[in-house]
Amino acid sequence: MRDQPGTTPLLEVRGLQMHFPITEGMVVSRKVGEVRAVDGVDFSIARGETLGLVGESGCGKTTTGRCILRLEKPTQGQILYDGKDISRLAQKDLVGLRRRMQVIFQDPYSSLNPRMKVGDIIAEPIRVHGLERDPRRRRDRVRDLLSVCGLDPKFVDRYPHEMSGGQRQRVGIARALAMDPEFIVCDEAVSALDVSIQAQVVNLLEDLRERFRLTYLFIAHDLSVVRHLCQRVAVMYLGRIVEMAESDELFDNPMHPYTQALLSAVPVPDPRVEAGRQFRPARGEIPSPINPPSGCVFHPRCPMAVENCRKARPTLRGMRPGHWVACSEVN
Amino acid sequence: MPPLLEVRELRTEFRTGAGVVRAVDGISYTVEAGETVAIVGESGSGKSVEALSIMRLIPNPPGRIVSGEVLFDGRDLRKLTEEEMRSVRGRDIGMVFQEPMTSLNPVLTIGRQITETLEQHQGASREDAEKRAIELLEMVGIADSRRRLRQYPHQLSGGMRQRVMIAVALACNPKLIIADEPTTALDVTIQAQILELMKSLTRKLGVAQIIITHNLGVVARYASRVNVMYAGRIVEAGTAEAIYHDPRHPYTVALLKSVPRLDQPRRARLDPVEGSPPDLTKLDGGCAFRPRCRFAVDKCATAYPKLDTVGEQGHLAACFRSAEVATARESTRESAA
Repeated sequence: MRDQPGTTPLLEVRGLQMHFPITEGMVVSRKVGEVRAVDGVDFSIARGETLGLVGESGCGKTTTGRCILRLEKPTQGQILYDGKDISRLAQKDLVGLRRRMQVIFQDPYSSLNPRMKVGDIIAEPIRVHGLERDPRRRRDRVRDLLSVCGLDPKFVDRYPHEMSGGQRQRVGIARALAMDPEFIVCDEAVSALDVSIQAQVVNLLEDLRERFRLTYLFIAHDLSVVRHLCQRVAVMYLGRIVEMAESDELFDNPMHPYTQALLSAVPVPDPRVEAGRQFRPARGEIPSPINPPSGCVFHPRCPMAVENCRKARPTLRGMRPGHWVACSEVN
Repeated sequence: MPPLLEVRELRTEFRTGAGVVRAVDGISYTVEAGETVAIVGESGSGKSVEALSIMRLIPNPPGRIVSGEVLFDGRDLRKLTEEEMRSVRGRDIGMVFQEPMTSLNPVLTIGRQITETLEQHQGASREDAEKRAIELLEMVGIADSRRRLRQYPHQLSGGMRQRVMIAVALACNPKLIIADEPTTALDVTIQAQILELMKSLTRKLGVAQIIITHNLGVVARYASRVNVMYAGRIVEAGTAEAIYHDPRHPYTVALLKSVPRLDQPRRARLDPVEGSPPDLTKLDGGCAFRPRCRFAVDKCATAYPKLDTVGEQGHLAACFRSAEVATARESTRESAA
């Protein structure tokens, strides 16, 4: 499935599957089941694009990101990065890739080493990869990165605990930029921040994308931020993509019953809009990925489900240009 | 008729290594019987401490309620003995917290947590309490309630646990429920279920609610009146309509502008509140929002603006320049149109 015909995407994921084994027994462990965290996912990201990957907890969005970063070795499927399949590469062959792909995590409290000064945190990847061997030039580079991320270069001598949450997240971003990457996975990168600070960091990410021609995979559960920041959005549910479209198209015209339930569940900060909104919460809870429902995984909660939904797993179908929906009942 | 709850000039301080923090700094507001009032603010604004102060649940030391009155149903809760206060908590005022895993007792069954409340506060027998517990669980939408009664909190999902919390809070027919970020830890679709449940139950039973949240969408959907907090004070108060469509405090304006909205197409850039949240140990006599405020004048550094009526009845803002804030918003609206 290509979204922009004629251009090679920077990243293409085909049939990605990540099943984690559940084992029992301490001495002789045997597999008693598996968690189907990611269960056959396809998408691509063009250069310079931001793709949003949204869904509720346990939908597999973070695992998808970790597979792409090759922090996990997927059980099946291909990950084509710049045309080359990286899904089976050994650790030592991944070193070159790590320079081109970086990650920004949710929690700036736990992703920064509390015993290292900010300057050392940012300089570490530069040093490890031998990008800048001269300590003085390395220090200049760190100062540059800090000011690019909107922090005072004097912060090099601070420790993470001396900074606010927003400042720490900027340090995390500066560290990701230190390698001069082309692709960044942002995993809930602004979720832990307060509203007023979140907007600052969202703007920073947008500026950096333009300035350094970055490509983002933006993993988040906050749909409002995703609508603002992403060109295209893929909605995941229980390890699968259920719908994918251009951002405005997806939010104005959601077609999958899960996407519709998800969007109507998000309250809009405007009492007038809220007073006039039709609202029906999805019934039930998210089933376990250990024993997912048969056929369409959403069928037990779906208001539109028919008999066939229990049996056949729906594939993504193009309903409109660039708008893909995995539901057999949508026309 | 006096309001159900009237908070007057409440002040709560904490002693910290960096000095005394005035987490709640002279707060006054009311809650009428049966209505839903939201307290909205970012981390450190004092919204949770304020709720805990009403319930007298501030750990001392390091915290201390310094002054103020909390008039609930004709009594000043601050003057009650600890024993009397215990009978208010859970009976007259129910509580729902953010993290149901830590606020439910992990070694007691779901049933016991509900029956305990009933036995303590209403002197119900074990048998009657159990019957009522089953009713309560059904009321909050827990199917198979007889079996659930024997289960422990860890055997339930986050959404189910929060339903149990609501059942406990409603067990003794309270007049008021204080919900502190009741759905922040939950997924969006579960959050919607829980909030709808709380709304329909409080309406049906005529219970008043204080919802404490940072989520401006939740406030817009569920609250009739709103108090906006910043650095331990209420900076603006009014009906949801007034707060969202006629905000008069620069912080409220900036906060509303900085949220991306699900119902609006991509904009070029968000319009964030500049600067960082205030350091509560370093507040002076002036307005705490001043360093981040584009309306700030010299006067804002020397005096703290009183919470005063602006516009219509019941709409209050603590800003010397609230008139200018309104005019500025009108003119940007005209230029946009």
